[in-house]
Amino acid sequence: MATVEGAAAGRKVAPGDDYLTHTHGFLSWALTLDHKRIGIMYLVSILAAFLLGGVAALLVRTELIAPGPTIMGPDAYNKMFTLHGAAMVFLFIIPGIPAALGNFVLPLMLGAKDVAFPRLNLTSYWLWVIGALCAVGAVVAGGVDTGWTFYTPYSTTTNTNVIATTMGAFILGFSSIFTGLNFIVTIHKLRPVGMTWFKMPLMLWALYGTAAIQVLATPVLGITLLLLIAERALGVGIFDPALGGDPVLYQHFFWFYSHPAVYIMILPAMGVISEVIAVHSRKHIFGYRFIALSSIAIAAFGFLVWGHHMFTSGQSGMANAIFSALTFSVAIPSAIKVFNWLATLYKGNIQLNGAMLYGLMFLVTFTIGGLTGLHLGALAIDVHLHDTYFVVAHFHYVMFGGAVVAFMAGLHHWWPKMTGRMYDERLARIGAALVFVGFNATFFTQFVMGSHGMPRRYYDYTPGFAIYHQISTIASYVMAAGFFLTAYYLLHSLFRGRRAPMNPWGGNSLEWHTPSPPPHDNFAETPVAEDPYDYTRLKRDPATGGYLSTSYEGAR
Amino acid sequence: MSDPAHSPHLQHHFETPQQQFDAGKLGMWLFLATEILLFGGLFCAYAIYRANHPEIFVYAHQFLNKYWGGTNTVILLCSSLTMAWAVRAAQLGQRRLLIVLLSLTLLGAMGFLAIKYVEYKEKWEHGLLWGARFAPQVEGHGEAPAGAPPAALPPPAAAPAPPAAFVVERSAIKPAPPGPGGTLVAEEEQQEQLDHAGMGRRPDNVQTFFSIYFLMTGLHGIHVLIGMGAILWILVRAIRGDFGPEYFTPVDFVGLYWHLVDLIWIFLFPLLYLIH
Repeated sequence: MATVEGAAAGRKVAPGDDYLTHTHGFLSWALTLDHKRIGIMYLVSILAAFLLGGVAALLVRTELIAPGPTIMGPDAYNKMFTLHGAAMVFLFIIPGIPAALGNFVLPLMLGAKDVAFPRLNLTSYWLWVIGALCAVGAVVAGGVDTGWTFYTPYSTTTNTNVIATTMGAFILGFSSIFTGLNFIVTIHKLRPVGMTWFKMPLMLWALYGTAAIQVLATPVLGITLLLLIAERALGVGIFDPALGGDPVLYQHFFWFYSHPAVYIMILPAMGVISEVIAVHSRKHIFGYRFIALSSIAIAAFGFLVWGHHMFTSGQSGMANAIFSALTFSVAIPSAIKVFNWLATLYKGNIQLNGAMLYGLMFLVTFTIGGLTGLHLGALAIDVHLHDTYFVVAHFHYVMFGGAVVAFMAGLHHWWPKMTGRMYDERLARIGAALVFVGFNATFFTQFVMGSHGMPRRYYDYTPGFAIYHQISTIASYVMAAGFFLTAYYLLHSLFRGRRAPMNPWGGNSLEWHTPSPPPHDNFAETPVAEDPYDYTRLKRDPATGGYLSTSYEGAR
Repeated sequence: MSDPAHSPHLQHHFETPQQQFDAGKLGMWLFLATEILLFGGLFCAYAIYRANHPEIFVYAHQFLNKYWGGTNTVILLCSSLTMAWAVRAAQLGQRRLLIVLLSLTLLGAMGFLAIKYVEYKEKWEHGLLWGARFAPQVEGHGEAPAGAPPAALPPPAAAPAPPAAFVVERSAIKPAPPGPGGTLVAEEEQQEQLDHAGMGRRPDNVQTFFSIYFLMTGLHGIHVLIGMGAILWILVRAIRGDFGPEYFTPVDFVGLYWHLVDLIWIFLFPLLYLIH
């Protein structure tokens, strides 16, 4: 139907010629400079990493279903949770929304033909592949047991493959920097006529804030990991007390990147949610400027709170108090966003489809994750909860309940645009319900056992905690079932799905003004930007199941 | 920048060469910002250890040869001049001049690395190395070590031995105790250190200075190498005649990178060599 609509919109698009069919062969993908194909390659790769990290998580949970050894020994357990953490954080969540979905939609939303530096974009993808192979190869060749944070002195003394893994993370960092740099320049220089900063879709504000953090924070991680490598390989002693170094300095360096990195993961998620909530409640986004500026505020605050990871590491009381207060201040821009999304929903015509269900799920789980962050930001409470499952649960409510759920929302939202196919909405709803129930049962239980004192990362526990671990493990299987169902209906849609119309949800940002899937050059003519959240001029077209823009009809 | 349609260098997704150039320039500046932040971690480590253990830095910097360091500073400054001039030559389409200037810049970079090699070799021979490899074979600092290096090289501490000035300064600053946050040091050990502080005795953990020295100059050296590769690449393209008033972007960007490498050295030199 894509071609028919292209014609209806007064565009010349050759029938059947879209970015997927424009050229053929392995090399036409591997060496492509097309941001859409690079986005798809990222998507496939990060989903593979998600599968790897997910299987590791299930093995960790299975090991914990009963006290004592269950399916693996303690060393294998340490390696398994390191694999889970490193794969999920570095390989899946950080590149998830910006590099996979962002790469695909950013130039489309700008009405541009590509990102500013297509070759750099491709470089960044292959750097990701090399970094991922380094990190995963290290795991296959013997494993790493430090956790994803590589804290010294353990990481400089353990005899596992720390160097290969950190080298992998270092290369992944470069990939991340290049993507961020590319996005900043693209948003600055390739905005179309009529799209001022405050007329951009909110996804672009979020990607801009994310890119700024990627460019400013990742180099610090780079030097930290280089120092760690130098420490292990040469014994420079910067982090070794025996040689006059300071291990806490490592934690400062690490969190100076890795706290902002949390916002690299959550900011683009917020961008996705802003799009999904507005489009699927058929209502103009509420408080546009506040949502846009709170993205920038979160990016800025994110740099000032790293010390809250180190309340019990021997920081001065003064530093603790300041970091605690700054941590609370992050709640303000986050809450501004949540309230604006809620106000957007109010009296909206809410469509309970797959994308929107994940969007609503985000509002619930992210709010729980954000509010429990305040527990951990409060000094006195943190001393009790530090390094317990409460932290694990909080982290997963923000990272999974925030970033991954938003990724799922975005994946469902843009799936028709990316593949040109519609998935089965009924299965999507069932999948979302399984994920929602499974996720909450898995991790809410962990809040409870954490507040009862169950330490994180432990291989064994006293029988008193057994019931919580059992609930958590069984619920994680429910969640996994939801994801496998999702994988099934998405793959099924590729072959059997209904052809997607140009604008299946009735969005008004520019990516919905080109056929699904888009042609190689994105737009037959450079489109004119309108208010991306004005849905009043879109009319449902029963013939295709999509929406048509009446302004185009007027033009015709 | 006449007719965009006729520029062979204009990529398909840009509308004008000006837009393409501006995008590239912004990208380059962002990249330079990430480079500064990469070094920023090391400058931060330097600041922390120097603030906590000034005695290590004051003591150990005497083993760096400030004449070699100064020569290298002059060399890099000159190479920055030839680089800036090369950009101008490219803009004006003066191909021969461009080739000469780029060659001179490359020569300067080689000279810098040659001197760096001499300095590193000297440190290596005397065991003045980082962290775990630190095994100094020169006790009385400020004097030419026994078994002197080749005659062409000045001794590692060519500066006049400064214990006198040293004592005055030490009396003003209480030495920070070693160990992370100083918490590991027993009271008497601190006292012992105070006793010896003014006497030019080697303070504890001198290796920290050399760790930082090698990390900072090493990372900078790697950047010089990368810069040389980039200059060589545009030199080849200049010989091929790629650049002119219509298109000089790569020369411009490599120039920016080279100035950054120069600039970082301008900070490294006083911070490491000229402590007092």
